[in-house]
Amino acid sequence: MRFLFKTSYAQDIALARHEGHRFWYSLLVVLLVAAPWLLSEYGLAQLTFVLIYAIVGLGLMLLAGFTGLFSIGHAAFLGVGAYTEAVLVAAGLPFPLALLCAMLLAAAVGVVVGLPALRVKGIYLGIATMAFGFVVAEVFARWESVTGGNAGLQVKAPAIGTWSVDDGVSFYLLCLVLTIVATLGVLNLLRSPTGRAFVAIRDSEISAQSMGIHLARYKTLSFAISAALAGLGGALYAHMIKFLSPDQFDIVQSIDLLLMVVIGGLGSVHGAFLGAIFLIVMPQAINAAKDFLPEAIGMAPGLKAAVYGLVLIVFVLFEPMGLYGRWLKIRTWFSVFPFYRRGMFKRQKSFQKSERLR
Amino acid sequence: MQFLQLIISGIAQGCIYGLIALGIVLIYKATETVSFAQGELMMLGAFLGLVLMGQLGWSFWLALPAVVLAMVLLGVATERIAIRPILGQPAFSIVMLTFGLGYVARGMITMIPGIGSDTNALPVPYKDEVWRLGELVLNVEQLVVIAVTLLLCAALYALFRYSRVGIAMQAASQNQLAAYYMGIPVQRLNSLVWGLAAGVAAIAGLLLAPITFVHANMGFIGLKAFPAAVVGGFGSLPGAIVGGLVIGLVESLSGFYLPEGIKDIAAYVVVLLMLMVRPSGLFGDTMQKKV
Repeated sequence: MRFLFKTSYAQDIALARHEGHRFWYSLLVVLLVAAPWLLSEYGLAQLTFVLIYAIVGLGLMLLAGFTGLFSIGHAAFLGVGAYTEAVLVAAGLPFPLALLCAMLLAAAVGVVVGLPALRVKGIYLGIATMAFGFVVAEVFARWESVTGGNAGLQVKAPAIGTWSVDDGVSFYLLCLVLTIVATLGVLNLLRSPTGRAFVAIRDSEISAQSMGIHLARYKTLSFAISAALAGLGGALYAHMIKFLSPDQFDIVQSIDLLLMVVIGGLGSVHGAFLGAIFLIVMPQAINAAKDFLPEAIGMAPGLKAAVYGLVLIVFVLFEPMGLYGRWLKIRTWFSVFPFYRRGMFKRQKSFQKSERLR
Repeated sequence: MQFLQLIISGIAQGCIYGLIALGIVLIYKATETVSFAQGELMMLGAFLGLVLMGQLGWSFWLALPAVVLAMVLLGVATERIAIRPILGQPAFSIVMLTFGLGYVARGMITMIPGIGSDTNALPVPYKDEVWRLGELVLNVEQLVVIAVTLLLCAALYALFRYSRVGIAMQAASQNQLAAYYMGIPVQRLNSLVWGLAAGVAAIAGLLLAPITFVHANMGFIGLKAFPAAVVGGFGSLPGAIVGGLVIGLVESLSGFYLPEGIKDIAAYVVVLLMLMVRPSGLFGDTMQKKV
């Protein structure tokens, strides 16, 4: 067991609490940088997808896990980023600039969606974002002069002038750098007054307001940052998958993104990464398990949906803190060894106050 | 004439939305949770009807009550097994849980050999019949939808107005704690509400089946019931039906008069406008949360 003796205020907000953190996260970064030489080409592509989804997950985690605003239309932001990037790169813009435009446009769209969020709460917000997601998906399908409609849109490799990132390894490294920057950015945001305000809004809007937090400004900001990260993820996704069609950004994708943050563990940055790993590994695992199942089950087109649904139900019922919560429990079990108690992580039941009280 | 035709088909479609929205609102009023699995319950009802009538050869009039009863039991069981243990946790956990239930239902259905992954027609006695009134061609399937919805609304009105259970449900939805103190078995009522919602969804599924087809993804129509519920004012039962009618009419008219593609998103545009202009809906009461 490790005891932390705090001797300065800087320790309170340090990103790495102690040497252990520093060692393990450095090792992780070294391993990730070395991954192109350790993994097969296929493995590297999967890892790239994990990083891309992790960026989107970070954005959604900031919105859902830390600000308490749920978006059932996040795939729309992903799509805005992806299409912006594809169109601008095709127009010959250097990709860092295109990436920035994708983020900014997604953020602008996020602000537009965030505006009704100031008036509506809870499930209304979910329905508003869901409705918005449907509208955007339809725009992608119908605005054929720009998006290519249902026929799809080819995406060029990211390039500046004559130098282009067209092989898997350099694109992976690009994604890795952007992921690390995004993660550090989010972590830094969360220990700043802005991030604290987000958490305060999540825990109680009324008390946050009483403490002088401008609800409208911070909620819109949260939407904007979240959408910008989704836009960044979408831009990278466009380059990774090289072919865009509107059905990649429909409601199913939005629910998959939500599933990612819920299974990863709401309210933790680790959760975004664990959820992304889950989202990428799970289809492979299902494919591998197919051969051992009876034909009626193994060949059913809905097998993936059924497994996802079951996993989601099991997590919500038995492990509401997600994969990260499970990891915390295992770690605590070892670190306090014979003294772990069952009730250590017991969540206090927070009885929901009726919204209909007048 | 064409206009009238559009109106009638819009109303029929709106009735379906309204019935699904009714289930959502029932559950919301009783337990303050929002069920995204309502469309899938409708799909299950339609499939059950298909199995009973198509595979086992039951008559329509025998299958109808059997399907509704089976779905009521399924709804009660769902509430008991999956929803009750997590009541009191953040509202979003429950929403995600209902997403999960919907996913499982949709996935499991495709595993039924033969019919699961196909689009099937439901053999109802009134299929493909039309009535002609002068120039007006009335589709009997649509008229049945409207008539059954009216009957169901009357029955539900009577239930909530005159029966002990209905009044107890109203009391529980107004203030659970007070109802509990008065000796109303709130938890059992919540199960019953889920059963009722599932039963209404099953009827909606059986009504919709002859108009569209029975297939695993028909539950996605349930997502259009949310705009209906919001337009009517979430938490108002007559509002849900009216909201459904509004959405159905807007969809039907925009499909004809506006460019292609607008029809699919008309419901969502309406709900976005509604949330901007009047978030509490047509029939909702304005709410103010106390500290």
